[in-house]
Amino acid sequence: MLSRVADCVYWMNRQIERAENVARAVETTLDLALDGTISPGRLWNALVCTFGDEADFWARHGLADQANVFTFLAFDQANPNSMASCLQAARENARTVRDMISSPMWEEINKAHLYVRAAATGTAGIHGPREFLDEMKRASQLITGVTDATMSHGEAWHFARMGRLIERADKTSRVLDVEHYFSPAALRFAPPAAGTSESGLEVPADVDAGGDAVQWSAVLESASALEMYRKEYGAVSRRNVAEFLVFARPFPRAMHFCLIKAEESLLAVTGGAKGAYSNPAEQRLGRLRSHLDYGAIDEILSGDGGLHGFIDGFQAKLNQASDAISETFFGLRSREKSS
Amino acid sequence: MDLQAYQTEGFHDELFDASLRPRPGTELLASRLAEASDGELAQRQRAADKTLLTMGITFNVYGHEAGTEKVWPFDVVPRVIEAAEWAVIERGLKQRIHALNLFIDDVYNERRIVTDGVVPEWLVDSGKCFRGPCAGLKPPRGVWCHITGTDLVRGGDGVMYVLEDNLRTPSGVSYVLENREVMKRTFPQLFAGQRISPVENYPEKLLAMLEYIAPPQARDPRVVVLTPGIYNSAYFEHSFLARQMGVELVQGSDLVVQNDVVFMRTTRGLQRVDVIYRRIDDDFLDPLAFRDDSLVGVPGLMRAYRAGNVALVNAPGTGIADDKAVYAYVPQIIKYYLGEDAIIPNVPTFVCGEPTQCDHVLSKLGEFVVKPANESGGYGIVLGPRATKEQLEDCRARIKANPRNYIAQPMLSLSRVPTVVGDSLEGRHVDLRPFILYGEDIFVLPGGLTRVALVKGSLVVNSSQGGGSKDTWVVHEGRR
Repeated sequence: MLSRVADCVYWMNRQIERAENVARAVETTLDLALDGTISPGRLWNALVCTFGDEADFWARHGLADQANVFTFLAFDQANPNSMASCLQAARENARTVRDMISSPMWEEINKAHLYVRAAATGTAGIHGPREFLDEMKRASQLITGVTDATMSHGEAWHFARMGRLIERADKTSRVLDVEHYFSPAALRFAPPAAGTSESGLEVPADVDAGGDAVQWSAVLESASALEMYRKEYGAVSRRNVAEFLVFARPFPRAMHFCLIKAEESLLAVTGGAKGAYSNPAEQRLGRLRSHLDYGAIDEILSGDGGLHGFIDGFQAKLNQASDAISETFFGLRSREKSS
Repeated sequence: MDLQAYQTEGFHDELFDASLRPRPGTELLASRLAEASDGELAQRQRAADKTLLTMGITFNVYGHEAGTEKVWPFDVVPRVIEAAEWAVIERGLKQRIHALNLFIDDVYNERRIVTDGVVPEWLVDSGKCFRGPCAGLKPPRGVWCHITGTDLVRGGDGVMYVLEDNLRTPSGVSYVLENREVMKRTFPQLFAGQRISPVENYPEKLLAMLEYIAPPQARDPRVVVLTPGIYNSAYFEHSFLARQMGVELVQGSDLVVQNDVVFMRTTRGLQRVDVIYRRIDDDFLDPLAFRDDSLVGVPGLMRAYRAGNVALVNAPGTGIADDKAVYAYVPQIIKYYLGEDAIIPNVPTFVCGEPTQCDHVLSKLGEFVVKPANESGGYGIVLGPRATKEQLEDCRARIKANPRNYIAQPMLSLSRVPTVVGDSLEGRHVDLRPFILYGEDIFVLPGGLTRVALVKGSLVVNSSQGGGSKDTWVVHEGRR
């Protein structure tokens, strides 16, 4: 298939998956806000940090409250990771590869885009943010389902799945990094006064890293993992939540699962085999996957940098793998130009 | 609903005659419309609009804000052409395309027609779409204009005329297919009991034609559709046709020419391309042969074409037969090459490049429709009887400055078709663009695209200027 088309299909799926993950995290935060056990300022700042957009957010807002953060993550066109921006970009990509994808796929993507646009302008007739978030999750899952059911599982489909799963692995790792978002480091972009104002950004001297079952349940909720987790472990604990979201091979939002399936798609495209590589994409993705194959949660938690250090490293390596996919398959154009 | 309230207002109506009796072929449609309950038409129209929006059937308007992408207005009352009349139109179109293809081949090769004085040489050579670099070209299978969309109109006299020929990259056929689908989804009752020529096989016919004209050495030829990209006004159609044919939709940057062979860049390296259905104007095809500032073209494409390694559809240079001044000579062109009279007449046309005709036009400017010879999309047209004094003077100055570039025609009273306004029907003016494929033989898609001027009293059917479209039925006699 055309390099440009593979590129569009890959990113279209990353963008749709991204919108879904943002929706789920916002929903969980709305729940936590109702509980009232965490001060709103810390809570909403932590949500912004989950997606790595704190610098952008604080550059344009003086207060991290529900209204500001919701608008920022849902409708802000200037935020490239907002749901509106993701759907807009996904639709542009879908339009560009309109001839490659099935009509039902296109129609669902188009509908989702029209829905977000109507919601942003207040013309969708929505009752409250939850209805909107539900619809966003449903739209993404519908698109995924329609993709699987109406598109040939050939090269384009494998690029679609690679995009979706690499995005999902990244987002699960971010959700798991929750302790970091409640640490002082998460406030480095907030205005200095914020720590003492009624925005409630005051930072406790030490973050309770272990015992907060509410917080870790929320993490599981953000990854739609609570029910599946309970079948495996029962009670919620930090160690087990981390183990589940990193290593649960059968769970479709666990980082390990995502890498295994993404690599399967990569090898389906290249015709390569596990355990060896013939291009940088196979090398980097394979190395990261095997790192998880032989990893153990207790080593991670007691290791250098702890959980946050591990997640940081994982995200960096995942980015490298994604860059290698771009270079290997989408970059034919630039390579030819330079040669 | 009460059809007796409908008014033809002295215009030729495609559905009813002057005493509101259904015309031949429209009886069933008229009775189905009469059976419609209160509010039904408006409701069907809303359903159709919603379907178009979710299907994303859009076009782009240049210079328009809000993402530039618009849903093309569609009207749920179809336009009917009775099969016997269609048979005549079909023969007339085949005749016309046959002759125009011979004309194009002639002006780029032997030039018999100018030597014999049938068409003035200066007229051909001064054509904005005449392409010097095409001289001496012999396209595969001798076909230049593989795809044509000819605009027809019916005048107040009930006669169908050719208004213009579109032989460059005519668009609209995707809407013919989508309109039929939307009609079936939203107003299936109208189809009951009718025998209507299907249009759904167009993509297959198109693909067969594209494969037929492939370079002879290409076995199992690879066909692609070349688009300028998603911001082009007809992008929807480009992707639609590629998808329907199951071929790649490429942009200029996806193609590369090496040793006069065209390749596309894929995830598995370069792959050879044999036939390009290009939806890019000649000017932008190849920066090495035509405009060197083209960013959407493919450097070296014309060399590959000349070397016979790739087929281009339509062939470069066909625009000369699309020139509205050349149009005026088409009846003579048909006579010259085929020895036949034109089956479908031209609209009487004055060529401003001919001094005596120009004087006549300038002396009665307010009575004519003046058109630039090489614009499309309805741009630059001045309707004399509806123009202000300033507009007429401006028009006069432009004709005097460049007479070659203008033609004038009498103002036609275009026929009308009942069109949904609220929950009732009013007459709106229409034209018709049938699509013709020229490959192993000449194929005319039954019906074509009916464009309708949705603004009351307007004669402008272009989508860029308030026009919409209708499903077009070629209806055969007798119930199904």
